[in-house]
Amino acid sequence: MRKIKYFQAIHEAHSQSMEADDNVIILGLGVPGPTGIFGTTKGLVDKFGEARVLDMPSSEQGMTGVALGMTIAGYRPVMIHMRVDFSTLAMDQMVNQVAKWHFMYGGKMKAPMVFRMIIGRGWGQGPQHSQSLQAWFAHIPGFKVLMPTTAYDAKGMLLSAIKDDSPVIIFEHRWLYNVDGIVPKDPYEVNLNSARVLHKGDDITIVATSYMVLEALKASEILSKHGIKPEVIDLRSIVPLDIDTIYKSVKKTGSLVVADTGTINFGISAEIISRLMEMDHSVLRNIPKRIGLPFCPSPTSPSLAEKFFPRANDIILCVCDILDLDKNILSKEGDKEQWHDVPDSSFTGPY
Amino acid sequence: MDNLLKLFESMLRIRMVEEMIAERYSEQEMRCPTHFCLGQEAVPVGVSSHLRHTDYVYSGHRSHGHYLAKGGSLKAMVSELYGKETGCALGRGGSQHLNDLDAGFIASAPILGGTIPIAVGSVYSTKSNVTDKVSVVYFGDGATEEGIFHEALNFASVKKLPVIFVCENNLYSVHSSFDVRQPKDRNIADIGPAHKIPSVRANGNDVEEVMKIAGDAINRARDGGGPSLLEFMTYRWLEHCGPNKDLDLSYRTKEEMDEWLSKCPIKLFETKLYKKNILNKESRFRIEQKILKEINSAFEYAKKSPFPDPQTLFDYTYVKS
Repeated sequence: MRKIKYFQAIHEAHSQSMEADDNVIILGLGVPGPTGIFGTTKGLVDKFGEARVLDMPSSEQGMTGVALGMTIAGYRPVMIHMRVDFSTLAMDQMVNQVAKWHFMYGGKMKAPMVFRMIIGRGWGQGPQHSQSLQAWFAHIPGFKVLMPTTAYDAKGMLLSAIKDDSPVIIFEHRWLYNVDGIVPKDPYEVNLNSARVLHKGDDITIVATSYMVLEALKASEILSKHGIKPEVIDLRSIVPLDIDTIYKSVKKTGSLVVADTGTINFGISAEIISRLMEMDHSVLRNIPKRIGLPFCPSPTSPSLAEKFFPRANDIILCVCDILDLDKNILSKEGDKEQWHDVPDSSFTGPY
Repeated sequence: MDNLLKLFESMLRIRMVEEMIAERYSEQEMRCPTHFCLGQEAVPVGVSSHLRHTDYVYSGHRSHGHYLAKGGSLKAMVSELYGKETGCALGRGGSQHLNDLDAGFIASAPILGGTIPIAVGSVYSTKSNVTDKVSVVYFGDGATEEGIFHEALNFASVKKLPVIFVCENNLYSVHSSFDVRQPKDRNIADIGPAHKIPSVRANGNDVEEVMKIAGDAINRARDGGGPSLLEFMTYRWLEHCGPNKDLDLSYRTKEEMDEWLSKCPIKLFETKLYKKNILNKESRFRIEQKILKEINSAFEYAKKSPFPDPQTLFDYTYVKS
């Protein structure tokens, strides 16, 4: 099976969607540029031309409206924000127009648009370059909100999103871009409403989003060595939310940790736990735990960021708490990296 | 029919529709915010006189005139105001979300400036010069204070898109007068040239002047000459939102109101038509009766129409696959 990196999978999806449909357009600041959105759009302009691979003025708000207008002309635009933080400049168009476009004209209009938003952490990205705003968008009826973790899903979900007639927002974590995965060469689609059980287990359910899935897998590996078998679920889709898969798992394990890349308060984990309680208040045998960002802006200094961004160790500690285990699991395995603001030691900033 | 007579009829129709809505609004059955365009009928009629049904029109919150002048269905509009399933947005939008795709009236929406970039994007093409379709977007003076207005002008100019930006400057944003919001001695039409967009400021209550200026801009756009910005000076007779007069709020003076009432676009044009013998009392009466009949039947239709089924509440949140 062919393995390619996450960013290459996105690039392939772009290329194949544009080959398949002349109406697919990509736009965003730097999209046709020399670095091509971390490689995901690099060179596409040479293949498809400037009219379909558009650079744009630094006008996030106006250009979101222009992209919505393009759907009236029959196009299917994919708009890219190199940081989700930049999309806050487009909130009126996104929330007031795009999300409601189909509804507020009684189904006569459609907004087949995709927004690729890049989230991330580390290397001092700080308050305005490392937010993880999926809960904002999930709160607005009308958007579908995806967080592909694997290269396979990065390609398949983007292809599915482009074909979808509703507006879809895809959050891509910068730390996933260089991760390999098995990706079929031919185009394929991924169901946009199903969570995926990545690792089966009976002792505790760990539901994670995006990059936190990798941390959950790391935690799970360490825990397994000590006889604890967690079930790891990659949420993949925030809206629609596949609560049934989570419920089934929690019904079996009775224990739950939710690890999200976003701020904990009023976030994705709160929604998941609430829904479970509404379905069956006795499904949990232990108090659930939430992992995510603490309630302060993202700090820049590595010393503060280390405390701010959760890692596998934090998941292990939660599991130990819930299952009343010896926390020495952690100290035995240790976390030997000197710096915690990069995904691995091969990674060098800036990015 | 004589073209001038058509203009007159179209203006009178908008006026009479608005008057009927105003009259019936107090019955409390049209339960949505409604912005009347009484006194501002000349701009949409003059502009629309050059438009084909395949051209696009967009508007903001005060959109009834734009919709009707473009040929939007009256029945569907009135039904929408009554929140009925037969409304142009199936009762999901109300007065602020009009839409009639057959007539080329694509969308109105009440967030200031919100439809301006949408109008721009809708005439973007990956192939150059394949169509002579134009896109017209109406907005008020307040919308020109939004960043999105400037963003849209900039991009339309970069791509030379066939967009006519039509500002109806009625001097007030809700109750805030123009002079507390925009610099003295700068017209809105002065903004266009900074974006390399040909711009004109003109009398928005003179339908023939509107027609002439809009015609130049629309023809230029059809010929690939790019966007234009037109600023038409006009005045709103009623309150910002709702069917009442509002001089009691004293944000504008009786003298100012009287001056603009004396510049009524319909009166001015009617007098001209009488002088030219294109219109007389009798033909005017016939036109009025014809319009009244249409309006009455639209209201009857709307009132008789069913409300949307509550079971359909979630419909159209997402496109059904």
